[in-house]
Amino acid sequence: MIDEKFDAIVVGAGMSGNAAAYTLAKRGLKVLQLERGETPGSKNVQGAIMYAAMLEQLMPDFREDAPLERHIVESRFWMMDDTSHTGMHYRSDDFNTDRPNRYTIIRAAFDKWFSKKVREAGATVLTETTVTDLVYDIRGKVIGVRTDRRGGQVHADVVVLAEGVNGLLGTRAGFRQMPKPEMVALGVKEMHFLPQEVIESRFNLKGDEGCVVEAAGTFSRGMTGLGFLYTNRECVSVGLGCLVSDFARTMESPYELLESFKQHPSIRPLIAGSEVKEYAAHLIPEGGFKAIPQLYGDGWVVVGDAAQLNNAVHREGSNLAMTSGRLAAEAIFQVKSRKNPMTADNLKLYKTMLDDSFVVKDLKKYKDMPNLLHTNAQNFFLTYPQLVSQAAKNFVQVDGTPKLQKERETSRSFIKARSRLGLVGDALRLAMAWR
Amino acid sequence: MTVKPKIDPLIRVEDKLYQNRYQVDAGRPHITVKPHDKPSPALLALTRVCPAKCYEETETGQVEITADGCMECGTCRVLCEATGEIEWNYPRGGFGVLFKFG
Repeated sequence: MIDEKFDAIVVGAGMSGNAAAYTLAKRGLKVLQLERGETPGSKNVQGAIMYAAMLEQLMPDFREDAPLERHIVESRFWMMDDTSHTGMHYRSDDFNTDRPNRYTIIRAAFDKWFSKKVREAGATVLTETTVTDLVYDIRGKVIGVRTDRRGGQVHADVVVLAEGVNGLLGTRAGFRQMPKPEMVALGVKEMHFLPQEVIESRFNLKGDEGCVVEAAGTFSRGMTGLGFLYTNRECVSVGLGCLVSDFARTMESPYELLESFKQHPSIRPLIAGSEVKEYAAHLIPEGGFKAIPQLYGDGWVVVGDAAQLNNAVHREGSNLAMTSGRLAAEAIFQVKSRKNPMTADNLKLYKTMLDDSFVVKDLKKYKDMPNLLHTNAQNFFLTYPQLVSQAAKNFVQVDGTPKLQKERETSRSFIKARSRLGLVGDALRLAMAWR
Repeated sequence: MTVKPKIDPLIRVEDKLYQNRYQVDAGRPHITVKPHDKPSPALLALTRVCPAKCYEETETGQVEITADGCMECGTCRVLCEATGEIEWNYPRGGFGVLFKFG
């Protein structure tokens, strides 16, 4: 395929792969990036919210030409039962700055732009190329990859596995295990197109201001899951995700769940009259800190979703991906600068750098959260949303019932559903996992 | 307290997938189900859980796949690679689902 040898091969052109390839190329390394999609982005799916700080570290002036949809000025967190939602909204004019902190993006467009930057930085990017195997030397060090192109073997000092949550190479090589069904969520989403002014009036937005809704509740039917609705410029991304283990246990169908979420009386009016132009599905890493695999070895490192680097509590993924890609590239550059070989001993530097970053620190903070939410799904995603909704209704409804009696009814409903000990236990467990 | 949300029984996933762009590699499906007498619970679950409804139960109780509408999410791989009932590979470069928006 290509006779020359590269300093590094990056497998995959998502957030982590692009960040790695860009950083390596900027540092002057000879980089080959391989992507199986028709274009970078054509296999990638995200909600999508992009956090500016981590991209700024790579490209301080990305705002000049990156395809950004809306900067987010309002976040709504909803707890839903079948007919209502109880919400916490945060909206601030402080987000209307020259350098907003969060944007909605559309990955196909964004990844194409990112890939253009990677090529401009000097990397060779080959699309429509599936990597089928890793190539090893006699001592078991990775020295390249085999692809499905004619004569498709190509060599490099190090291979960056940025192959995504469903990466085949690293799992087949035995570098990490296949994600367990309880470690990944299946997300489905649709792109609902509406005139720009309709989106702006329905969500109370002007210019390129954006609003995001994230919701938990009875729509997931007792499964650990979240729904979302993100405003883009001329479309709204609507979707939900639940753990694969829960889907398998309940035999619920993801598209039926998505339909019922869309028909919820709090969601339906927001997307009424829209034209759906795409239906997508993707896995989301949910295992947290305890699911992080071995991150490096002789001649390889793994970054992004492939390494389960996703903060499910804060719904952050692409920023962890970008940061892990950048740090892996920095580590490789340092090893190379010292003229050291790309052995596991030397590439350990990547893990040291990642451990020291927000990526691992944040995941460590919430290390017990996945287990808590997964084992108590019924309570957190079904019982509490119903109780909260009932309490809110009781609070706002004026019907001649004395207030004291109303309060008693509310607290009794909580105790009846979860018992005093259960309530205290849930609160404690949540506080401990949050700590 | 709970009223199950009403779901239109006529939701057809085919209508959803119709919006998507695919480059089907005719005759070279990237996922295959191995011959079996009785599917495991995990394989049977795929007839409900696969978001593209690629898996279907035959009249004789086996599970078969038509991978043309596959969105390559990997859910079936997570559930059934361990049971050994399916074989999952990426489509050849450039083939398979091509997300317009993602």
